[in-house]
Amino acid sequence: MITAQNLTKTYGDRHAVSDLSFTVEPGKVTGFLGPNGAGKSTTMRLILGLDRPSAGRATINGRPLAAHERPLEQVGALLEARAIHPGRSARNHLRAIAATAGISRQRVDQVIELTGLEAVASKRVGKFSLGMGQRLGVAAALLGDPQTLILDEPVNGLDPDGIRWIRGLLRGFAAEGRTVFLSSHLMSEMAVTADHIIVIGRGRLLRDMPMRELLAESSRCTVTVRTPDVDRLSDVLEGRQLEVRRVAGDTLHVTGATTDEVGRAAASVSATLLELTQSGSSLEEAYMALTETEVEFHTGERELSWEAGA
Amino acid sequence: MTEVTMTPTRTKQVTADPVSLRGAVRAEWIKFVTLRSTVAVLGAAVIVLPLVAVIVAHNTRHLSPTLDLNDVVASAPLQGYYLDQLLIGALGVLFVTSEYSSGMIRATLTAVPKRLPVLWAKLAVFVTVTAIPLVTMTVASFLLAEAYINRYRTGYSLADPGAARVAIGTGIYLVLLGVIGGMIGWIVRSTPGGLVTYLGVILVLPGILGNVVGHWGKYVAEVLPGQAGAAFISIVPEGYSLRPWPGLFVMILWAGLLTAAAAYSLHRRDA
Repeated sequence: MITAQNLTKTYGDRHAVSDLSFTVEPGKVTGFLGPNGAGKSTTMRLILGLDRPSAGRATINGRPLAAHERPLEQVGALLEARAIHPGRSARNHLRAIAATAGISRQRVDQVIELTGLEAVASKRVGKFSLGMGQRLGVAAALLGDPQTLILDEPVNGLDPDGIRWIRGLLRGFAAEGRTVFLSSHLMSEMAVTADHIIVIGRGRLLRDMPMRELLAESSRCTVTVRTPDVDRLSDVLEGRQLEVRRVAGDTLHVTGATTDEVGRAAASVSATLLELTQSGSSLEEAYMALTETEVEFHTGERELSWEAGA
Repeated sequence: MTEVTMTPTRTKQVTADPVSLRGAVRAEWIKFVTLRSTVAVLGAAVIVLPLVAVIVAHNTRHLSPTLDLNDVVASAPLQGYYLDQLLIGALGVLFVTSEYSSGMIRATLTAVPKRLPVLWAKLAVFVTVTAIPLVTMTVASFLLAEAYINRYRTGYSLADPGAARVAIGTGIYLVLLGVIGGMIGWIVRSTPGGLVTYLGVILVLPGILGNVVGHWGKYVAEVLPGQAGAAFISIVPEGYSLRPWPGLFVMILWAGLLTAAAAYSLHRRDA
């Protein structure tokens, strides 16, 4: 379990993280989302004790990491791809970290096998691809068989196989009652991996809720309807103040409607329905709706910052 | 690759020891010996000593009035230390700053979140891996050179005044320089910044202070770590305001102060 209490980090007068409070529960995969510069990495660094909070505190399984006797059993972290000395081999990199806690060579070999690095374990890390570097980062995080995993963009650079593998790994971790906290920019990946979502923007908490609720909250549900009687159906739907868009010869997208409404409207004009589906809003849409203003702020920071500060 | 499933039931499959200095030392030892670059630099620093000793011995095997005093005293064969000041200092800087430049420091400090054991462990490993070969080699180089010289004229033995101090001390001086480099590394963190600071403090600053700033500049220059240490490994007292043993004391004091500053920096600052 990870707990952040009023976590705040300022650099000069810039607030990287402001008064952030949340709990990352065990037994779930919790996704951590936010635009670039929203403070995700800073938050993870604060949790790991790499940065000192300006105010508030962060704990892992009830204590700051430094207060744990066996930190590698508490947490495994991957913060940045290839944060590894390029001149060292993968195995030696893992051996060095393992040695700190007297973790056996067998375990080192085990995580090498687990992450599919057997073939390259003796190669120098400088020659690794981004994906290989990620796998090695994950291997290092797994060394102590930790209770909590903290991964910043773990799927970056992974091939489809690797993405599928890490998804299975994280799901498995959560299923065992462990805590998984990960950030990613790949919304489609997050959508199938995470159970719970925490969204931050400009260092502030925007949402902290189960994935399902976050999706339901989004108003951007669309109904797809396919009919040979496109014009008739389109007219009647527009007559009911619904936003209709023709996406193909016989297909309409109706925004902000339910299938019930569209079906009844179709019946009222005897339109034949070939297809009627609700595409629940995607995580990406929900996320974009939530952070639109934040992103605008970031791309137009120069002009807007003083207004926002005022 | 097929999907991998973790152990289906959560049984503890790994036992980790509590964070300890011993564990940190083991990790730093592995880090030091598994890098080709560190081993190569240390190897070069060690090899330079007997090579220079033999060259100096050969060139000074016959006494002549053209020889400089520094080339005929007991410390003459150990002039390889000039180059080693650079190599060992850089080794010290790099052993620390490579953690920061590669980002490895995050993994290191996640494994040792109390932080300071990492500094003590690096210090212990560095002193061990450099002191043993360097002190052995400075003494061996002295003996080798004097044995060569003895075939032509009377050379020095370790029993001569100051000879043992210089033979052993040159190794110690180099180790202390490496420690100073490492501590600068902890404070500066960047590799180029660390190297420039080290070279500035050890090699450039004394010259500038001594020659440009005037009379008081000379006194300040004499108590900088490089100059104070050089007084310790010199046979010729000229040009040094510190006597040998006070020189060593001042150098150790510098190393101590920098270690304290490095420990404070590591403990307090964001990693």
